[in-house]
Amino acid sequence: MLGPQSSLVMYDEEYQRILLLLERLLRESNSKVIFLVDKNGQLIAATGETANLDTTSLASLTAGNIAATGGLAKLIGEKEFSILFHEGEKDNIHISIIGGRVILVVIFDHRSSLGLVRLRVKKASNELAIVFEDLVNRTEQESISSSAPSPFAEITDDDIDNLFN
Amino acid sequence: MSFINYASREINCKIVYYGPGLCGKTTNLQFIYNKTAEESKGKMISLATETERTLFFDFLPLALGEIRGFKTRFHLYTVPGQVFYDASRKLILKGVDGVVFVADSQVERFDANIESLENLKDNLEEQGFDLEKIPFVIQYNKRDLPNVSSVEELSNLLNPRKVPELEGCATTGEGVFETLKSVAKLVLNDLKKGGT
Ligand SMILES: Nc1nc2c(ncn2[C@@H]2O[C@H](COP(=O)(O)OP(=O)(O)OP(=O)(O)O)[C@@H](O)[C@H]2O)c(=O)[nH]1
Ligand SMILES: [Mg+2]
Repeated sequence: MLGPQSSLVMYDEEYQRILLLLERLLRESNSKVIFLVDKNGQLIAATGETANLDTTSLASLTAGNIAATGGLAKLIGEKEFSILFHEGEKDNIHISIIGGRVILVVIFDHRSSLGLVRLRVKKASNELAIVFEDLVNRTEQESISSSAPSPFAEITDDDIDNLFN
Repeated sequence: MSFINYASREINCKIVYYGPGLCGKTTNLQFIYNKTAEESKGKMISLATETERTLFFDFLPLALGEIRGFKTRFHLYTVPGQVFYDASRKLILKGVDGVVFVADSQVERFDANIESLENLKDNLEEQGFDLEKIPFVIQYNKRDLPNVSSVEELSNLLNPRKVPELEGCATTGEGVFETLKSVAKLVLNDLKKGGT
C-alpha cells in the first residue's frame, strides 16, 4: 500500500490499465463521469462526460471532503468512512477509497442506481487496487535500480527561473 | 507529496500558506490569481465564512510551464488561521511539499505569529514531517502598516534557521510572487535531490 509520505509516480503502462478499468466501470455502471483522485487532491485519471467539468476543482474538493469525513470518523473512533454518497436532484456522487490512498468518484443520474453503482464499484475497486500495488512496487524498484535517471536530477536554477517569466 | 505522472508528463506539487488569522494568506492567493494569465490558472476555490474568513481552505491550481518536458503544476492552499480551526489545518497539511509562513508584522500580532508557528511545527510532526527539513519560506506581511515590528526583530524570533525570508504587502502584491517563487525553487530542488 502507498504510504502517506511517498510521492505518487504514474507510468504510462499503469495509466493505460487504469483508464481501461475506469472506462469499463463507466459502461457497466451506466454512469456519467468517473475520476480517480489522490488523497492529496491531485487528479489521476478521468473518463466520461468531463468536457464541461472542472476536474481540477472537483479533485481538490473531493480530497477535502474525504479528509474532513476522515477527521470525523477518527473523532467517533472509526478508522475512516470508506464510502460517501451525495444525492442531488439530478446527479449523484458516489465516493469510495481504494487501497487506502486513492479516491474513486462516480457521478451518475437516473439512468443508473445506487445499487448498481455500488456493485460495479466493488468489483472495479479490487482490480484498481492491484494496479496501484503494481505501481508502488514498480516505483520502489525504479528508485533502487535507478536505471532510468530521474528527469529532474538535472534541473537548474535557470529552469526554475524560466517558469516564472 | 509531489505527484509525478510519466503518462501525461506532469509534476504536481502542493504548497500550503500557513499563519495566524487575518495575516493575509487568502490575500496572497487572490493576488496571484488576479495577476496570472487565464491559460495558466484554474478556478480559485475559497471555502469561507460569510465574513470571508477561511473556513476550510482556499485552493488555486497554477500551471507554470515546462521543466525538462514536464508540465509543472503547483497547487496552492491556505489554511484557516483562526485558532479553533486546528482540526482543519491538520488536514490541509497532508501531503504538503512546501510551506509558506505568512507572518503578520503588526506589533499586536507578535504573539499570534509565535503561536501559529509552534502550531505549524506540531501539526507537521503529527503528519510525519519536520519543519527543519521541508521546503519552507517566511513572508513578513503588512509592511505597509505603521505599527509594525522591525524585520530584524521578527526574523530573530520566527526564523532562527534563516530560511528564505521576504517582506510583503499582499494587498498591493509586493513580495507575493517573490515568495511563491522562492518556495517553488526549494520544492523543485527537493525533487531533484529526491531523484523520484
Ligand atoms: N494593510 C494591509 N492589509 C492586508 C495585507 N494583507 C492582507 N491584508 C488585509 O487583512 C485582512 C485579512 O486578510 P486575509 O487574506 O483574509 O487573511 P487570512 O490570513 O486569509 O485570514 P484567515 O482566513 O482568517 O486565516 C483583509 O482585510 C486584507 O485586506 C497587507 O499586506 N497590508
Ligand atoms: Mg484566509
